[in-house]
Amino acid sequence: MSDLPNGWTMVIGLEVHTELLTKTKLFSGAPNEFGGEPNTCLDPTSLGLPGSLPVLNRKAVELAIRIGLALECSVRRSVFARKNYFYPDQPKDYQISQYDLPINSDGRLELPNGKVIGITRAHLEEDTGKSSHSGGGGRIHDAVYTLVDYNRAGVPLLEIVSEPDLRTADEAKAYVVELRSILVAVGASDGKMEEGSMRVDANVSVRRGESEPFGTRCEVKNVNSIRSLGRAIEYEARRQIDLLEAGEPVHQQTRHWNEDEGRTISLRSKEEATDYRYFADPDLVELDPDPEWIEEIRASLPVLPRRRRALLSERTGASVEASVLVVERGLDELVLAALDAGGDAGRLITHAEHNLSDERAGRLSPSNLADLTTMEVGGQLTATQAKTVLAEMVDTGDAPDVIAARNGFEAMESSELEGIVDDVIAANPGDWAAFCAGENKVMGFFVGQVMKATGGQADGRSVSAILNQRRG
Amino acid sequence: MTSTAREIAAAVRSGERTAVEVLEAALAEIASREGEIHAFNLVTAEAARARAAEIDAEVASGRDPGPLAGVPIALKDNLCTRGVPTTCGSRILEGWRPPYNATVVDLLALAGAVSVGKTNLDEFAMGSSTENSAFGPTRNPRDLSRVPGGSSGGSAAAVAAGFVSLSLGSDTGGSIRQPAALCGVVGVKPTYGLVSRYGLVAFASSLDQIGPFSTNVADAALMLEVIAGHDPMDSTSIPLDVADISDHLEDGVAGMRIGLVEEFLGEGIADDVRRRVEAAADAFVAAGATVETVSVPAAAYGLDAYYLIAPAEASSNLARYDAVRFGLRVDAPTTPEMYNASRTAGFGDEVKRRIMLGTYALSAGYYDAYYGTAQKVRTLIRRDFDAAYERFDLLLSPTSPTTAFAFGDKTADPLTMYLNDVCTIPTNLAGHPAMSVPFGVGDDGLPVGVQILAPMLGEVAMFSAAAVLESAIGVPL
Repeated sequence: MSDLPNGWTMVIGLEVHTELLTKTKLFSGAPNEFGGEPNTCLDPTSLGLPGSLPVLNRKAVELAIRIGLALECSVRRSVFARKNYFYPDQPKDYQISQYDLPINSDGRLELPNGKVIGITRAHLEEDTGKSSHSGGGGRIHDAVYTLVDYNRAGVPLLEIVSEPDLRTADEAKAYVVELRSILVAVGASDGKMEEGSMRVDANVSVRRGESEPFGTRCEVKNVNSIRSLGRAIEYEARRQIDLLEAGEPVHQQTRHWNEDEGRTISLRSKEEATDYRYFADPDLVELDPDPEWIEEIRASLPVLPRRRRALLSERTGASVEASVLVVERGLDELVLAALDAGGDAGRLITHAEHNLSDERAGRLSPSNLADLTTMEVGGQLTATQAKTVLAEMVDTGDAPDVIAARNGFEAMESSELEGIVDDVIAANPGDWAAFCAGENKVMGFFVGQVMKATGGQADGRSVSAILNQRRG
Repeated sequence: MTSTAREIAAAVRSGERTAVEVLEAALAEIASREGEIHAFNLVTAEAARARAAEIDAEVASGRDPGPLAGVPIALKDNLCTRGVPTTCGSRILEGWRPPYNATVVDLLALAGAVSVGKTNLDEFAMGSSTENSAFGPTRNPRDLSRVPGGSSGGSAAAVAAGFVSLSLGSDTGGSIRQPAALCGVVGVKPTYGLVSRYGLVAFASSLDQIGPFSTNVADAALMLEVIAGHDPMDSTSIPLDVADISDHLEDGVAGMRIGLVEEFLGEGIADDVRRRVEAAADAFVAAGATVETVSVPAAAYGLDAYYLIAPAEASSNLARYDAVRFGLRVDAPTTPEMYNASRTAGFGDEVKRRIMLGTYALSAGYYDAYYGTAQKVRTLIRRDFDAAYERFDLLLSPTSPTTAFAFGDKTADPLTMYLNDVCTIPTNLAGHPAMSVPFGVGDDGLPVGVQILAPMLGEVAMFSAAAVLESAIGVPL
């Protein structure tokens, strides 16, 4: 995080659009698939042909409710509205969305650091098609023609709108990471920003200090990764600060993030904004989910990442960072099972955090993992050896003692190790004198020599202990 | 053609007549008079001949083609027909052939009906005279100097001329009932949601409803039974089985309370039309009903509310005619210019007028005053009708303020044209069923229709009452 100059602070609110993992579109039976041949996932309704009508997809409603409940929203009676505007990738030239009565409202999301971000609303709407501008420079203003793929038109989206509660780019990134992990956990989204199945728009404003009223905001669009989100917010805040410090006003605008150039450019100002002429869609009826159905959905929700992290750190003492990472990798269940099987908490977290990035790690047997940490703690394996054994456990599924034996990793008797340490001291009298005189950096040299002499089988911590003991 | 749909279906099912014979008779009628009437935008003779031959083959092999076996029908040209041009009376849909059938089109085919073509209409069903069709007006078969009414003028004329015994129209503010009245045929606007709108090109979604035209009440009942019923493709379709209407046509009105709607008998209603409505009231009394006047106060504001709600929905429904994916395209340097050029060339004046009116009514800053208020009036109209139906089984009124008027009479001032629908519009706003039944003629010798209005899903009683009027006056030929 970079600090802003002269006491300036940011206020950020995010609008996250996520595609919902349904088999078919929000209002028709056309398939909801990514990456197909252009214009193949179509039917009269998703093309907006005359006479076609929308019929709401029940699964999309269920996924919307799952997300709403996971974000602690109230799930309410809602109404679909038409948002009217002309654009070639919008088949009906209106988008069916929810306006004054969204399905989910007034929720909250807790960041890993404990800060709570308000969720204003999370409403259902349909996606648009995709335009590709061709010829000329390939940009909209000098394109010779435009091709439109309507496969995405009508794909169900949930737009999740946060309160302007975020204060730094890092918080905004943490919010998106956390939100994404919730969406994936409840099975509503694949969370892939790079494929556009999750899209983030940021509303950014700046002010001096924390107590002034909010400044004029700009909405930044076209942010395609979490890293870009951070960059775009930082850029936009600094752009606004530069304007204000030069005595110029910030105009309310929608701005486009250009990843290559690392800057935002104005798309349209508030004055140019379309009047969407929202009104309740007369082709659809009110959506009023049965309270029993909502409770069924609530009961089927998995344990959410926040709760999983809390449980993990409560039982293992893992740090916030470690539990975020372990839960994100989905290894928390394995760690806790291994803990129940008698494993060492500290070693388990260390392995899950540093040594188990392999996606097959989740298939490890908890008791094997527990045994591994027991061997380490008991001195039968060094940290280095344990890492090697663990990698083979992931590859083969064999038990750690079998792998250790296969690799010739045998516990070295401490008398044997002491003898080797003494030999190394005797062979390097000058260095030993320096070490005894207090040159601690020479320690590394001796440990290295002992390691070399033992073929890596010595435990580094034991060697250090013996060296310190000899020094007196 | 003098046979009713029921007679044709019975004769075809029994093998007494072939569907091909029946069709050829219909095509001969069309050949002789269509030139002067212009009921059709398209006559699909070859497809109809193939379909009729299939029906005959089914009968020959011992299968029953269905309750409309071999009955020639006509479809308003805003109903989607697979592979067959569907124009909505507009240039904007030039060249478009729907890749699918409207639900009603499939249901009629399944029942054995033979479609002979697509009938003319006011562009996008906006109008009351069929003068707004981009393909020229339809003439009233009863008097070629008069309009057939609209917007379903072609469907009404096709039945009145004897081209077909049944046709389908759509009714957003009276577009079935008013032309039925002006052409002297039966026209039904069913309860909103009783007939699927899937494949009906939308004008105003919350008001549009498909319904039948026929020469007689029993045929209309038969056709309605075929097309009604829940359709999962239409979210506003009522999830109920269709009541059996035909079995209750002889139930009569004895003991029924029928209300004569005050608001529909005031200023603007021609005396000869009023007298026919009073005669209909007398016929009900003679059949054992009690008739009293009733006030439905908010109905007086129906026209005002309708001309905000319907254009508002239309402005959004008609946005899709943007020249991008289908229909007429006028090329221009930029996409917005292409939109403008295409829509300017493709839409007629009345459609443009309503798109502008509706866009304005929904605009930021005006929404509450116009669209919002209109929706409140709509609620009041529904409430006032509900109150009336607590005291009355059915209501009675004129269908149209006058008999068929002359071409050009009402085109100069749109408001005079709009006033044609003053008695029919409130029903659409309430979502209730209503039908027009021919009941004699006016001073000019042209047909007068009376309107029977019923509460939600009150079709059975409505048809019983229609049958009473029909037997009091006799079926017009």
